[in-house]
Amino acid sequence: MKRKLINLIGITKSYGNNVILDDLNLYIRENEFITLLGPSGCGKTTTLRILGGFETPDKGQVIFDDRDITQLPPNMRDLNTVFQKYALFPHMSIAENIAFGLKIKKKSKAYIEDKIRYALKLVNLEGFEHRSIDSLSGGQQQRIAIARAIVNEPKVLLLDEPLGALDLKLRQEMQYELIRLKNELGITFVYVTHDQEEALTMSDTIVVMNQGYIQQIGTPEMIYNEPVNAFVADFIGDSNIIDGVMIQDKVVEILGTKIPCVDEGFGENTPVDVVIRPEDVEIVAPGEGFMDGVITSVIFKGVHYEIEILANGYEWLADTTQCYTAGTSVGIRVIPFNIQIMNKPESEDEEAAEIDV
Amino acid sequence: MVKKWSERIYLGVIFLFLYLPILVLIGLSFNNSRSRVVWGGFTLKWYASCFTDETITGAFFTTLQITLAAAVISTLIGTLAAIGISAMKRKNRSIMLGATNIPLLNADIVTGISLMLLFVKFMNLGFVTVLIAHITFDIPYVILNVLPKLNQANRSTYEAALDLGASPAYAFYKVTWPEIKPGVFSGFLMAVTMSLDDFSITFFTKGAGVNTLSTMLYTELRKGIRPELYALSTILFLFAFLLLLVMNRRSDKQMTAGSF
Amino acid sequence: MYKLKKQFLAGPYFIWMIGFILLPLAFILYYALTTADGAFTFSNIAAIADPVHVKSIVLSLKLGAICTLVCLVLAYPLCMILSSFRFRHQSFVVFLFILPMWMNFMLRILAWRLLLSNNGIVNSILAAVGIGHIKMLNTQTAVVFGMVYDFLPFMILPIYNSMVRIKPETLEAARDLGAGSFTVLVKIIFPLTLSGIISGVIMVFVPALTSFVISDLLGGGKVLLIGNVIEQEFMQGTNWHLGSGLSVVLMLFVIASMALMNVFDKDGGGTAVW
Repeated sequence: MKRKLINLIGITKSYGNNVILDDLNLYIRENEFITLLGPSGCGKTTTLRILGGFETPDKGQVIFDDRDITQLPPNMRDLNTVFQKYALFPHMSIAENIAFGLKIKKKSKAYIEDKIRYALKLVNLEGFEHRSIDSLSGGQQQRIAIARAIVNEPKVLLLDEPLGALDLKLRQEMQYELIRLKNELGITFVYVTHDQEEALTMSDTIVVMNQGYIQQIGTPEMIYNEPVNAFVADFIGDSNIIDGVMIQDKVVEILGTKIPCVDEGFGENTPVDVVIRPEDVEIVAPGEGFMDGVITSVIFKGVHYEIEILANGYEWLADTTQCYTAGTSVGIRVIPFNIQIMNKPESEDEEAAEIDV
Repeated sequence: MVKKWSERIYLGVIFLFLYLPILVLIGLSFNNSRSRVVWGGFTLKWYASCFTDETITGAFFTTLQITLAAAVISTLIGTLAAIGISAMKRKNRSIMLGATNIPLLNADIVTGISLMLLFVKFMNLGFVTVLIAHITFDIPYVILNVLPKLNQANRSTYEAALDLGASPAYAFYKVTWPEIKPGVFSGFLMAVTMSLDDFSITFFTKGAGVNTLSTMLYTELRKGIRPELYALSTILFLFAFLLLLVMNRRSDKQMTAGSF
Repeated sequence: MYKLKKQFLAGPYFIWMIGFILLPLAFILYYALTTADGAFTFSNIAAIADPVHVKSIVLSLKLGAICTLVCLVLAYPLCMILSSFRFRHQSFVVFLFILPMWMNFMLRILAWRLLLSNNGIVNSILAAVGIGHIKMLNTQTAVVFGMVYDFLPFMILPIYNSMVRIKPETLEAARDLGAGSFTVLVKIIFPLTLSGIISGVIMVFVPALTSFVISDLLGGGKVLLIGNVIEQEFMQGTNWHLGSGLSVVLMLFVIASMALMNVFDKDGGGTAVW
């Protein structure tokens, strides 16, 4: 395991009566691409701003490289930020923007020129040195913002929804660029986004946050395949989330039908959340599955069809490559391994407390 | 912490510099003594004599007439001009705007003198010449307030209204007018304040019998200071305060409305 | 077609502009370049070289420059403090700082006459603390005081407006890249407010340079600015041709100072008066 580079201990932050972060604990390893993922207001940006030094936590410590940097101002920290709206200096040329941090560190002219050329090459904008900021597209401005940050050779790069303002195609391109950059530079990336697809594509580790609490930490595969609660399941990809009752080990009842699953240890007759991914829902002939229903809508999505099936009063979502017509009667089948059983949280606080250990 | 306190103290000092003279005027307006330093008890008599003093009331009403007439006429001419200018080609537009900038950038004394030189050739100096002069320096403020609103306004909405069968007048009233209304209103208010405050241009274009508050005060101040003027200052300060408060409220509302 | 008709709406203004903006300028130029009997001459313009006039224009430039500098030094920190406040009633606080500008110009001068006069409040306080009387009214200092008081809001407004346009994340980015408070001020805030500073300087320097009322009422006829000389040529003297000549020279000074300031304003975005 790689060394822990950053350690956030018991971070609490509130504005007035509004608690943004409540006793947050998180460590970040060296050379990791870690993504803070969650809906707006979940505290991910505040966490990033505390790392960058733009906010001071009410309680808790920020340990960076074994040093307490909680009270250190941003200009004294060994990390750099790529801002959501680029925050390029409008009165400076591209070269001057990139050179800004290096000039403050009093680097030699030759060194700075070298670094500018290197950074522009890294972000695929060679020869742009003397252009003005206004002449750049949004994607190009974002690349310059990244170049401006990385020439300072920070140990950690903080990225605050850097692709949020770009259009879909450019966003996908930039995702691969960022992965390449991270591998070439060999530094730690802390990335903030509300876009689950972005998080799944790029991250080594995803931290799912909601209402100031960490919901789940894990690899993209873990987060997607084994969400720990209904919030994570719902936030990451589409899901069928159904109220169910665990009858006994390996048997769960949903929508009035008992079906086999692989989970054990929930006790008997316990209310649970049952999560089934749309791509795990198999459509079979009527009577061949555990439940029968009628197809209510079919939408072509390119690679697959998104199909809605009304069965036992629930609108099931299913992804399939086969085409059906609306109105067809079908059966539904899911193999036991693909059925996720989760405890129902009794209240939001408990839900959070349970995970926040 | 130290920074915060030094900031507050700095704000306080500037604030005092700006308001001390006004507070002194307000204080003296209630002073039952002609002295500038000794407090002779509270009185309202300066207000009473201020309202009955014909020099003061006369100047006040002249100011009111000129200000309102100039603001209304310049708003009318200026708004029409802004609409016309916005429809012009680039070259004509920059010529018109260049000329519009002359009264704004030129020294007041030069504007006043040049207008006087023109007026004395053709007519006697008096109420009308002052009015014309005020309209002349008010119009640019109206144009500069309305033009940005016209540029912001979506050009195609007016054309869409015509396309849907509206007459040009109806399309203007229903589509263009709501978009430029705030600009017209702030242009009008700015014209009012510019007229109220003007001294130099009025001074050179007025005839012997005509006095606005500014020119009346100038004559009075050269003679000496009468306590009635303190009362007048207090009234005018309150008036300015209320006027600006209304404008401030309006712009706040516009800002909140704009953010939705 | 309707576009052409729309242009005609500017017609009344076009006529007004020719009659009352351009024609008066032609008149003042005509007077400036002729003698009383209508003969062409440069002498009215050349009269600026007369030692009395040189003295007054130099004094005007000096007092105007001092006034502008004082306004800038007072207004810049003020605007930085005001724009750093991000609270609910921010616009009301800014409003308080420009409110005095809306009181009649002449009354503001009246207030300073009261404060500065020999038996006025400032002197009474000075006497009470044992410093004794200082002659303040009818001096150049009093004139500069009055000018600063009158024109300070013209410096505050454009600088404040350019300051609030700076995005907070621009300043954060600079801090993030290692800049301390002083570097942020010099490298980021100052260049980004330069156009506001230039507008402010023009809006203060031009009226200060051309003022004649403040020097008249607070300088007591002893501080003779170029504006006073011109005013006297028209209102007391009889030589309108000389007065026009000097006015044209004054106009040239105004244009020159604006052109000079525009050299600094690389973006050209800051010269709008309002």
